[in-house]
Amino acid sequence: MSLTSLSISALQEKLRAREASPVEALDALESRIAAVDPSIHGYLSRDYAAARALAEKADVNLPLGGVPIAIKDVINVIGEPCTCASKILLGYKSTYDATVISRLRAAGAIPFGRCNMDEFAMGSSTENSAFGRSCNPWDLARVPGGSSGGSAAVVAADEAYASLGSDTGGSIRQPAALCGIVGLKPTYGRVSRYGLVAFASSLDQIGPFTKTVRDAGLLLNAIAGRDPQDSTSLDVPTEDATALLGRDLKGVKLGMPKEYFISGIDPQVDASIRAAIAKYESLGAEIVEVSLPHTEHAVSVYYVIATAEASANLARFDGVRYGHRAATDNLLEMYGRSRAEGFGPEVKRRIILGTYVLSSGYYDAYYLRAQKVRTLIRDDFTKAFEKVDAIICPTTPEPAFLAGDRTDDPLKMYLADIFTIACNLAGTCGLSLPCGFANESGKQLPIGLQLIGQPWKEARLLQIAHAYEQATDWHKARPAL
Amino acid sequence: MSDPFNVRYVAQLARLDLSDAEIEKFQSQLGQVLAHVEQLGRVDVSKVEPTAHANAVANVFRKDESRPGFTQDAALSNAPRSANGLIVVPKVIE
Repeated sequence: MSLTSLSISALQEKLRAREASPVEALDALESRIAAVDPSIHGYLSRDYAAARALAEKADVNLPLGGVPIAIKDVINVIGEPCTCASKILLGYKSTYDATVISRLRAAGAIPFGRCNMDEFAMGSSTENSAFGRSCNPWDLARVPGGSSGGSAAVVAADEAYASLGSDTGGSIRQPAALCGIVGLKPTYGRVSRYGLVAFASSLDQIGPFTKTVRDAGLLLNAIAGRDPQDSTSLDVPTEDATALLGRDLKGVKLGMPKEYFISGIDPQVDASIRAAIAKYESLGAEIVEVSLPHTEHAVSVYYVIATAEASANLARFDGVRYGHRAATDNLLEMYGRSRAEGFGPEVKRRIILGTYVLSSGYYDAYYLRAQKVRTLIRDDFTKAFEKVDAIICPTTPEPAFLAGDRTDDPLKMYLADIFTIACNLAGTCGLSLPCGFANESGKQLPIGLQLIGQPWKEARLLQIAHAYEQATDWHKARPAL
Repeated sequence: MSDPFNVRYVAQLARLDLSDAEIEKFQSQLGQVLAHVEQLGRVDVSKVEPTAHANAVANVFRKDESRPGFTQDAALSNAPRSANGLIVVPKVIE
């Protein structure tokens, strides 16, 4: 068995027992990447030299000592590219480390490799990358999900031990579900976004993709905590996210939101989620029906708020300080053309939508109204969490879809995020973990179970996820590559 | 919300030079998205405060102290054009 199929925890055991060295762990990745990444296209760039220099002097006794971690190409790592999968940032080289990267380094981890994504994290399929789509390791004709599709695919294909992504409306949980791995979106304010290229600042969170629930806790422990460089990161005492792993589920209440069990869900997904819920009951959890009555409005609220914030955040790409600059002697023309030449179609669409909903005469009708409905969505969760420890539901209504299927229908693509978006609007934590397979034309496609936890209760969320993971074998399945 | 949604005008506000083909395509695609979003008009929000972001924090201050920052070289290292420690842009004033 190759080193690269190991979880972080299993790799660490070998490193600490001196059965493998950090350089060997990295070399194993290099050969695995050479073998499978030409079919997956999960990486946009890789810097073996920088990683090897770190591996040679890695201290394996640190919490993540000597473990290479792949990074979504939207998080700055000093000296490395950070293209956000956009032509507008081609040639850009980061001049600093994001806070999550400094924290990974302090924990002994080795940031290695830049993962493909939808341009500026806008998309649900990684087809919006300016540098070509990534493929789902379970069926190369299908998408790995998005926007962190590369980060998910490389972990699922065993060409990374774990990775970091970002989640604005499901961009960690949705690709984790479609690729059959664990993806965790921490509570808003848990992890600093300093050094994450901003998409929608009131929603963005950085989080891990891993092969096991325990690994997600290990990575969260390394990156969480207040950072003066991000004023939205909060000074909530950082608990050990792995502290509750292994405890049983007696007394744990899980809420089934009736609005998430609707017609239109793929029957195989529906059956797997219901089987997972039955499993939880057999493990001692109590299942309670809850209601999140404003669920039907979540996608609309999201596409107003996220595009509004994106249109403001992306105003910085004007050809002046960094990024692509159009050749012209006229300043206004330079702005308009640099942006037109640098941004891809989905980014342009969202800038237009976001600018419109913020424009004079429409602000109240769209943006302000969306912010008010957001309050109602948030209140739904607050009320549900008075009754339950976590909410249990599908991560996505369907397994991975075929590439090209939705690229010309933005609304249909946006509806792929229907079950993940509300968690970001409410600001709470959520994760996806494997709970079965759908059979589509002879291919096995992973199905993701979503657990949405109470704000700041990641340790509880991971405990609940871990109990199911340990009672099932889904997480052990690997795609044939 | 009956006023026409005009992609050409919004693109000017966003300083984004779109082609006629893009304008036409976005006009129809985003028209569909906006039609979907119209459902928010049905929600009674008369007694609801807006949520700007998930955690109700405000006025996060830090001490007004100098801290290490980027060097001039680092700050200019990604500029498309620079000279004499400054970013060069097309002339603004005739």
